[in-house]
Amino acid sequence: MGEPRIIEAEGITKVYRAGRNEVPALRGVDLIVAPGEMVAIMGASGSGKSTLMNIIGGLDAPTEGSYRLNGTRVDGLDRARMADIRNREIGFVFQGFNLLARTSALENVELPLLYDRSGRRRDTRRLAREALAQVGLADRADHGPSELSGGQQQRVAIARALITEPALILADEPTGNLDSRTSVEVLALFQELNDQGITILLVTHEADLARYARRLVALRDGLVVRDEAVPDRRRAAADLAAMPELQEAG
Amino acid sequence: MRSGNLLKIAARSIARNKMRSLLTMLGIVIGVAAVIVMVAVGDGAQTRIREQIDNLGTNMIVITPGSSSAGGVNRGAGSFNRLTLDDAEALERESLLLTAVSPVIFTHGQIIGGQGNWRAPIMGVDTDYAVIRDWPVSAGRWFDQEDVRAKRKVALIGATIAEELYAGTDPVGQRIQLRNVPFTIVGVLAEKGQTAEGSDQDDVVLAPYTTVQTRLAGRSFIGQILASTSAPEQIEAAQADVRLIMRDSHALGDWEEDDFTVRNQTELAEAAQGTTEVMTLLLAAIASISLLVGGIGIMNIMLVSVTERTREIGIRMAIGARGGDILTQFLVESTVMSLLGGFIGVATGYLGSALLGRITGWDTAILPHTVAVALLFSAGVGIFFGFYPARKAAALNPIEALRHE
Repeated sequence: MGEPRIIEAEGITKVYRAGRNEVPALRGVDLIVAPGEMVAIMGASGSGKSTLMNIIGGLDAPTEGSYRLNGTRVDGLDRARMADIRNREIGFVFQGFNLLARTSALENVELPLLYDRSGRRRDTRRLAREALAQVGLADRADHGPSELSGGQQQRVAIARALITEPALILADEPTGNLDSRTSVEVLALFQELNDQGITILLVTHEADLARYARRLVALRDGLVVRDEAVPDRRRAAADLAAMPELQEAG
Repeated sequence: MRSGNLLKIAARSIARNKMRSLLTMLGIVIGVAAVIVMVAVGDGAQTRIREQIDNLGTNMIVITPGSSSAGGVNRGAGSFNRLTLDDAEALERESLLLTAVSPVIFTHGQIIGGQGNWRAPIMGVDTDYAVIRDWPVSAGRWFDQEDVRAKRKVALIGATIAEELYAGTDPVGQRIQLRNVPFTIVGVLAEKGQTAEGSDQDDVVLAPYTTVQTRLAGRSFIGQILASTSAPEQIEAAQADVRLIMRDSHALGDWEEDDFTVRNQTELAEAAQGTTEVMTLLLAAIASISLLVGGIGIMNIMLVSVTERTREIGIRMAIGARGGDILTQFLVESTVMSLLGGFIGVATGYLGSALLGRITGWDTAILPHTVAVALLFSAGVGIFFGFYPARKAAALNPIEALRHE
């Protein structure tokens, strides 16, 4: 089957039922993402981008269409198999960080490995430390989320997403709760990870952020209306250097 | 998810709401403590009663005047006294199954002797009484047939009286005045301890019934007749035998009710056991209601916990927890909580039964298997009542759970 693909979605539709009405959220979306890509999915609220993200993330099933993730057919799987796919193939990064409260950064990062059924990774503590070091938070391992700034929390979440070495990092408005400088820092981290070959899907409604991706996919009314390479892609590291030094704000 | 991690999550969640968890456990604590006390007391009482029955004598039959019910109207035992020495003689003469028969004449009065005076029951009995009650002497000798026939003023004193009136001296051969009548002590009865009702059996003076009747009581009616068989299998037949002989001796017509009651040792014990059964039943009721309420409390708190932690459940599911993982997590939590309650309950029950043992003097031993059963039961309550909330958590939709605020 030609070149390898991380995401291979064809004719994805999703219809929600609200009483007797049927509300289509996606009306036939095709999306193919190759390894190493960094794709921004853009769209206003109601465009269907959240629905698409849920389906790509294995949190929801499409009404119609076929979806393969890293070669595995995802549509039609039962809940338990979907959970395994999420665990193995996807690293989620959410807008609200979604770290477990009163749980140390290290334990938050370790968590996905505890649900790994393959038992491949035994030394979960060491791996969690390495992942934290990868996002520059080795010295914050024992801090709880409430002791970390927003940017640090999001980096812990990214470390948690990285620890299972997933095929895809799925970031849903990852900078929505962060100030502009911290947002650029997080994007610098994503670009750095992408440069190491990690595939990243960035869901956002901010056009500014989409310019840090390599490719832009725009949705409107449940359809893909634009799919193109990002012209003059911005480098977050360079933008950061140009920014005045500020104290990191939570 | 490894069990170590599951336990850690559960412990953390319980520790996070200490007061809430403690109150939730309370029902289980009370329930388990009640079970422990119940079993300990039940065991102790059972042992005690068994000892006391054996203590009463061997294969004993008790004949008391009056019938428990006469023509549907209960006149109360002893309401009209119709046991005579003739009855005792008839039983001795005619029954082939009875190996020992003794009338018992009850009286009491002031006793003067040794170092002072005392008031105690005085019982007039036959020599067979020693066999029936299995009650030897610890010093001296039992009075014999000759003493009975000659109505000699000889007496046996119980261990308590020996202690009270003749401490430090040998009472055998000494004088004792029973209601101002001088008697000679021929022996001291072996110590027998308390009855099921708690009265001191050693606080007694025994004398030949012939002497007691003529010198002290002056009545021809007697309190009870004790008899025994040689083997326990013969008791039932002997009881029937006794009844026929007694009816004949009292010249009762076919239409007349028995004017006496014949009971055996087991029946006496059953009466005593009834009391502890009521107590056991009461405690069992408390225990089961308490466990039920405790279980519902756990279910309630777990439902609250699931709602509070909907977002956490969403996060766990998003990063790969299966429904089964979530189910296990919450089941472990409810089970740990009720088990913890169980442990506290065992400790409380242990203290409670030790205290009760002190007060009642019963031997309230707690057997390891009681503790095991109690803990198993509390774990069961946790699993049973934790299942519904856990299943609710496991069935959450991860998308909606993540959106939950």
